[in-house]
Amino acid sequence: MLELVDLGHNYGSYRAIDRVNLKVAQGEVVCIVGPSGCGKSTLLRSIAGLIKPTGGTVLLDGKPVDGSPENLAVVFQDYSRSLYPWMSALANVGLPLRRRGLDKKKRDAAAMNALEQVGLAGAAAKFPWEMSGGMQQRVSIARALAYQPKLLLMDEPFGSVDAQTREELEDLTLRVCAHHGMTILLITHDVDESVYVGDRVVVLSKAPGTVVGDLPVQLPGPRDQIHTRELDAFVRLRAEVGRLVRGITPQRNTHGNTHGYGYGVETR
Amino acid sequence: MPKLNGAGLLRGLIGTAGLLVVLEAAGRLGAWDTERLPLVSTVLLRAGELLADPEFLVSAWSSLTTWALALALTIAIAVPAGLLLGMVRPAEVAVRPLIEFLRPIPSVALIPLVILMFSETTNMRITVAVYAALWPVLVNTIYGVRDVDPLAKETLRSFGFGPASVAYRVVLPGAAPFIATGIRLAASVAIVLVVTSELIAGGIEGIGVFITIAASGNRLDLMIGATILVGLFGILVNALLVAGENRLFRWHRARTEGAT
Amino acid sequence: MRRATFGVLRLWIVPVTLIVWELVTRATVSPFFPPPTRIVEQFHAMWLSGPASQLLLTDRALETFGPSLGRLLLAWVIAGVLGVALGVALGRIRGVADYADPVLQFLRALPPPLLVPIFFALFEIGTATQLAVIVFGVIWPVLVNTTDGVRAVDKGFLETARVFQFSRYDILRRVILPAAMPKIFAGLRLSLSLALILMVVSELVGSNSGIGYSLLYAQQSYDYAGVWAHIVLLGVLGLLFNALFLVAEGRVLSWHAHARRTV
Repeated sequence: MLELVDLGHNYGSYRAIDRVNLKVAQGEVVCIVGPSGCGKSTLLRSIAGLIKPTGGTVLLDGKPVDGSPENLAVVFQDYSRSLYPWMSALANVGLPLRRRGLDKKKRDAAAMNALEQVGLAGAAAKFPWEMSGGMQQRVSIARALAYQPKLLLMDEPFGSVDAQTREELEDLTLRVCAHHGMTILLITHDVDESVYVGDRVVVLSKAPGTVVGDLPVQLPGPRDQIHTRELDAFVRLRAEVGRLVRGITPQRNTHGNTHGYGYGVETR
Repeated sequence: MPKLNGAGLLRGLIGTAGLLVVLEAAGRLGAWDTERLPLVSTVLLRAGELLADPEFLVSAWSSLTTWALALALTIAIAVPAGLLLGMVRPAEVAVRPLIEFLRPIPSVALIPLVILMFSETTNMRITVAVYAALWPVLVNTIYGVRDVDPLAKETLRSFGFGPASVAYRVVLPGAAPFIATGIRLAASVAIVLVVTSELIAGGIEGIGVFITIAASGNRLDLMIGATILVGLFGILVNALLVAGENRLFRWHRARTEGAT
Repeated sequence: MRRATFGVLRLWIVPVTLIVWELVTRATVSPFFPPPTRIVEQFHAMWLSGPASQLLLTDRALETFGPSLGRLLLAWVIAGVLGVALGVALGRIRGVADYADPVLQFLRALPPPLLVPIFFALFEIGTATQLAVIVFGVIWPVLVNTTDGVRAVDKGFLETARVFQFSRYDILRRVILPAAMPKIFAGLRLSLSLALILMVVSELVGSNSGIGYSLLYAQQSYDYAGVWAHIVLLGVLGLLFNALFLVAEGRVLSWHAHARRTV
């Protein structure tokens, strides 16, 4: 459903990302991981239509993206700058639905439903500044859920919360997306998280960022913070991704790479 | 306020020039009766001429000295009072309600009373200006003293320095950026009050008096010209004080921004 | 309860000052400084001895306060609406603020009272001119603050709005205006106190009604207690406006105060 073709972006003479190619299928959860400054956010912002990439195209359902595409939601890292402090949680979640032509009653019902799904039904009337960081990020997720996008982009969504909250939110994301069958593109610098959450992990190189690895994650059963992380498969995959992120040349062919252009520069 | 960079400055110049040209053209094309409201060019020319007009210069000098005296007196009263109130917490708590009651009195309301009290116009103008200019300096000084790191005070005290010494060595320098902001605000307020009291109470010299005389002769060109010069003087003083603050208190982050 | 008692106790300085002032003025008998009780008497006689149906206000009070407060509030509202509208336009249209900035800074630096004789020379002396002079004198803080506030809206807020495809109206009404509201309120507050000053000045310089005119009348008949009563009245009005404004601000901007406290 989402396809990036030779996507590149320069800030002046600085090359942030370089010829990124990627295909994401309907219902997939793809984690993009890379060292800091690898242009992860640039990539996400190009897809979201917040910046106009200087090269290449973003195709959504086969159509090139121009401006912010419809049916797309973003969960930003910095919830304090993405939730509106002058509105209650319910109003924040319901606001984007105004565009959907729903009346106030239906909007509130949909927003309430989304808040219930993230376990915040009791906090609907609260304002963002009355909540912890983890709760605020839940509201952000609820806002995205209520919007019912086909593609959900998450930009380091758990980067600003403590470790325990982070695990809770990871599980919440997994549960919710399984429920909605949503396609998710999650950006993170945390190798562990990418393997735990993703169906697929795409590794970006240091700037100019380009795809250097594309690994399917095959872990048995429903994921679980303790047991999944103990599995040999998990540990091996994590090490593999870790090496790629650090730029250590990987051994080829340990894992298939689905689209054939996984190892970027080196194979080309 | 937008940052003062090259492009911004150029745009500002273009915008200003554009507005002046439009106004001038409108006036020449008969948008209003230029016998009553003169053309922009006439007003600007008059403002320039005023700078060489002895009669205006005498008035301007009178206003300037009144303003300077008022500002000096304001500082002499408000800074020590602010230091004292800032350092002695109970005194501040006690006096605070009085400040809150006195501050909202619009000082122009005092002008009619002060006219009766002073036969000498300069003293009357200074009194009115000081009353208005006092508050920003006083409040900012108290705030600044509060902001001084208590650890620095404790340290000095533990070495056996007396309160006066502590005030001079730690509190005054620590509060200085806030005091400077207060003085800058007071400088603007004092300009307004000096010319306003000249305007309302009259007298022999002063820009307000000059404008009143121009009004009686229906010389709008002179009135607007003089007003423009006062405005430019205000901008100049403000810019100089800001530059001074930036130079002196480079170490002090822009924490005072909200204190206007 | 304890807080309230503490609050009242904190005000002990006020009665003490009044008593000392009373004693000193009685002892010195200076015409310029009538004892506070005289001032209160005069205040009461002029304005507060009316029928209960008028909240004790005398006809004279209604005739004096009505035009003044009417002009002041009307002018402030006009300046507020115009200032916010123009400020939003300047702040939102890219680059325009740069062009307008020096002119705005200059207009803001003009001492507003100097506008009074100019406006009176240009137009007929009367309510319309008084309104115009107050509007022109107090609009700049609102305009400049709104422009600043609108330009400084956090990029994160706007990006969220773009991603979720808010309509232009929603972006303005639900994102930009609320985000700029703290600055707009700061401007409105400043212009309210300026409006009070300009009201007095315009009535002192050329008017035949209102508080300023009444003050001038008391002065010219050497009614010192009356002059003081006017000063007290204007002080009370200033205090009252400020208090009402703070209440309104507290309601509209409660999120702002809290959000700032937690960050």
